[in-house]
Amino acid sequence: MGAEFVQFSLTPILIGMFAAIACALPGNFLILRRQALIGDAISHVVLPGIVVAFLLTGTVAAIPMMIGAAAAAIVAVILIEAVRRLGRIEPGAAMGVVFTTLFAAGVLLLEQSDTSAVHLDVEHALMGNLESLIWLRATGWESLLDPAALAALPPELGRMAVVCALIVALTAIFWRWLKIATFDEGFAQALGIPAAGLGFGLVVTAAIAAVAAFDAVGSIIVIAMFICPPAAARLMTNRLEVQVLWSVAFAALSAVLGYVLAGYGPLWFGAANAVSAAGMIATVSGVILGLACLYAPHRARIGAAREDA
Amino acid sequence: MHRPDLAIAAHDGQALPTDTCPADSPLAVRGLTVSYGEKPAVFSVDATFPARAMSAIIGPNGAGKSTFLKAALGVVPRLSGEVRVFGTPIEKARDRIAYVPQRASVDWDFPATVLDVVQMGLYRRVGLLGRMSGRMRALALDCLGRVGMADFAHRQIGQLSGGQQQRVFLARALAQDADLYLLDEPFAGVDAATERAIIDVLKGLRDAGKSVVAVHHDLSTVRGYFDHAFLINVRRMAEGPVETAFTAETLHATYGGRLATTQIDEVMLSGGAA
Amino acid sequence: MSAILDALLLGAGYNAALVALGAGLLGVAAGASGSFLFLRKRALISDAVAHATLPGVGLAFIVMVALGGDGRNLLGLLLGSALSAGAGLLLIEWIARRTRLPEDAAIGAVLGTFFGLGIVLLTVIQSLSAGRQAGLEGFLLGSTAGMLRADALVIAVGGTLAVALTWLMRRPMTLVAFDADYAAALGYDIRRIDLAMMALVMAVTVIGLKVVGLILIVAMLIIPAVTARFWTDRSGRLIWIAGGLGGVSGYLGAALSSAAPNMPTGPIIVLVAAGMFTLSLFLAPVRGVAAALLRRRRFQARVHRRQGLLALAHGEPIREPYTLRLLTRQGLIRPDGVATEAGRAQAARVLRDEHRWAKAREVHQDAGLSGRYDGLTPIEEVFTPDEIAEFDRRLGPPVIVGGAA
Repeated sequence: MGAEFVQFSLTPILIGMFAAIACALPGNFLILRRQALIGDAISHVVLPGIVVAFLLTGTVAAIPMMIGAAAAAIVAVILIEAVRRLGRIEPGAAMGVVFTTLFAAGVLLLEQSDTSAVHLDVEHALMGNLESLIWLRATGWESLLDPAALAALPPELGRMAVVCALIVALTAIFWRWLKIATFDEGFAQALGIPAAGLGFGLVVTAAIAAVAAFDAVGSIIVIAMFICPPAAARLMTNRLEVQVLWSVAFAALSAVLGYVLAGYGPLWFGAANAVSAAGMIATVSGVILGLACLYAPHRARIGAAREDA
Repeated sequence: MHRPDLAIAAHDGQALPTDTCPADSPLAVRGLTVSYGEKPAVFSVDATFPARAMSAIIGPNGAGKSTFLKAALGVVPRLSGEVRVFGTPIEKARDRIAYVPQRASVDWDFPATVLDVVQMGLYRRVGLLGRMSGRMRALALDCLGRVGMADFAHRQIGQLSGGQQQRVFLARALAQDADLYLLDEPFAGVDAATERAIIDVLKGLRDAGKSVVAVHHDLSTVRGYFDHAFLINVRRMAEGPVETAFTAETLHATYGGRLATTQIDEVMLSGGAA
Repeated sequence: MSAILDALLLGAGYNAALVALGAGLLGVAAGASGSFLFLRKRALISDAVAHATLPGVGLAFIVMVALGGDGRNLLGLLLGSALSAGAGLLLIEWIARRTRLPEDAAIGAVLGTFFGLGIVLLTVIQSLSAGRQAGLEGFLLGSTAGMLRADALVIAVGGTLAVALTWLMRRPMTLVAFDADYAAALGYDIRRIDLAMMALVMAVTVIGLKVVGLILIVAMLIIPAVTARFWTDRSGRLIWIAGGLGGVSGYLGAALSSAAPNMPTGPIIVLVAAGMFTLSLFLAPVRGVAAALLRRRRFQARVHRRQGLLALAHGEPIREPYTLRLLTRQGLIRPDGVATEAGRAQAARVLRDEHRWAKAREVHQDAGLSGRYDGLTPIEEVFTPDEIAEFDRRLGPPVIVGGAA
């Protein structure tokens, strides 16, 4: 593992890790609040967001695309809430109506507009291009100290790192609010904690994570990382603090293992081409969850103790 | 000129509540109306709970007892009305209120220990980012001791029995160190020992000068446990000291046919012994 | 314009007609079976089923190529997708039953993982076929353009079969959706009906893959059912309304897309369905937003009017600003808060109602009654005039309090 690793694998692995962690952190709370599928909904509306951003700006630059995707995610969240409340429809069905409609509109817009010339297609949004985020200027580990080489790092790395750090910070700052409001919303309100605003903030944070991640790694990772690492972590412990640490560990492990398997796995079987890293990372996270379901120490629900004494 | 409408109005012989919320009451509401959809759950209710007393909110299922409490706390929105806690709007009095929601309202499979839950009660003092100091932790442990749960501090909450869960909720309220304790059905589905322990703690609070308001469903213990009774069935039915407000007539008025006369007699007889 | 008309009347070619009919039939089956999911509050399980088809498509392709076949045989691909969707469903059930994780987490986990695996397999196929397009990406978003005659036939026949299956299962499905416990008491095996219904959903998903793609087939299962909910409160009707809406959007969408260029079938079908949903959300007579808003405002006004009049009757001041505005606007009080003649009369009437209620509750001590004493129900709605006359008799003659004459 020398120069070649730094050049071709280090940055994609780091980006994958940051993306996975950024999604897994809010995922912990979404699962405990029975909102696991909001991540699914958000990741689907990224496509219409970037299409509209492209139609408005005419460029495929990252920043307008991300703003478009974030706006679409927030619009979707508001629409889901509106359909749920106004139509008195259960949340799952409300999500299903909203995200499929927005996705359909996105595909239609995409087909109607002439985007064939630019690199903007559905598969890109789904799968990302993790494999291409390499650090060509690097010559080895010593490049980490070389300003010129550092300047040529893929911009996705910096963006993903910043978003990941932001989400870690938000989780730490609002830890107590999140914990109290997730466990006992009525009590939180009685304490004066703005529970409704907090819930919206959590979903917006999840949307930011999804948007930053899709840009680099596609929306498959997003769906899987919101759910698989926190779900597996829930089965490892009965303390929220420990659960969140486990989820970060599982997310990072999925990213590293998934990337390595995608890049080097086929070579071991004698195939010439690597397979989709994003897909493989999602698959690995699912395998980890499967193992947790089979062997994790706290996998079973406690039933009997809940009966009244 | 004789106006029949106006003349009938004169039947109103009830003592009128004072038109403003008195400042010395820990919890007073005026004209409180709450509705889910298009039927009022609580309609135009006035109530004034006394300080340094144990008050019960009593009424049949679906009579709006919990809704009344939650609306007073601002947990559910109110359609109209005014709520005063120690004479001020609730937002200014949050530090003086402790709240014990219904046990069944939370997911006990949540990944937390007993101590974690009790420490939630310290939130207003520790703040969003303050450190949970050793002193605070000792305080939480002490509150657990007061409800007889000191040995369970590091137990996962899902492993507790119903009575133990209720004690943990009470310990969390104790950690809030408030002047007014609002409890939603604190005795629902708990064992006899827990009921005893809870009532001892609540009476201790009252004797220390605190005020307690509890939604209560067991009519046979009202007289033994409480000083003040507030009877509600969407409307306010009766309010006052237990001796005068909790009578066969007010129970008839509140429960209608849901309570047979013999049951009411039983309640009235058992009251003294509890 | 005439092209669209042609398409709607099945005049745009044999394939297009087959696809439009197939999509219409598929829509009927999707709407009906989706409403079952919706009533069971498991709408998004269809999302997992749909995404879980992808690895099956990939595996089927690889197996067919390995056996020396074409790899693109639609029947083979659909069979593979059904198998992996079935595996996904079983996994969701297993996770939700055997672990402490809730069903929505299980749905999301299976969805993400299977989809990821599917994408991995697609990239494997890309490298296997070395540049030659396998065309499997069409399963993501669906594509009916340039469809083979045989494929169009598969869709038309599949749509017919799905409708037939829905028809066969309509009784147990309605019963279980309406009240699972009751159905169980009647001796129906809920688990088996649930499974059969899932199989139907799976069949719809698999047939729909080629037309609308796996991401949008979810919409055909969910949107018609949710739309139908605005028009009826009865589960039996809901299923058929949803089926009708699904059929119309499937047929219209497929026909429109065959008539115009750059109009992908799947999105058009979904957008037609979404249009009907939006209209229903706002305009449906009872559950629609407009109707609900109007009702809510009226209700709020009723509450405040009644409370204000009660305060007038009791001689208490009114402090709620909205109550004051309302009563002033209705001419019941003067701007300075003092009751007008009309206000006093109305207040007295309200108070009389209160007194009659009090007497009524004394006389009739049944449980059904106390629930109606909610402050808003006029006593005339509950009692006959002679009963009310009896209350008035018991109330006795009017007494003037306060010594004022």
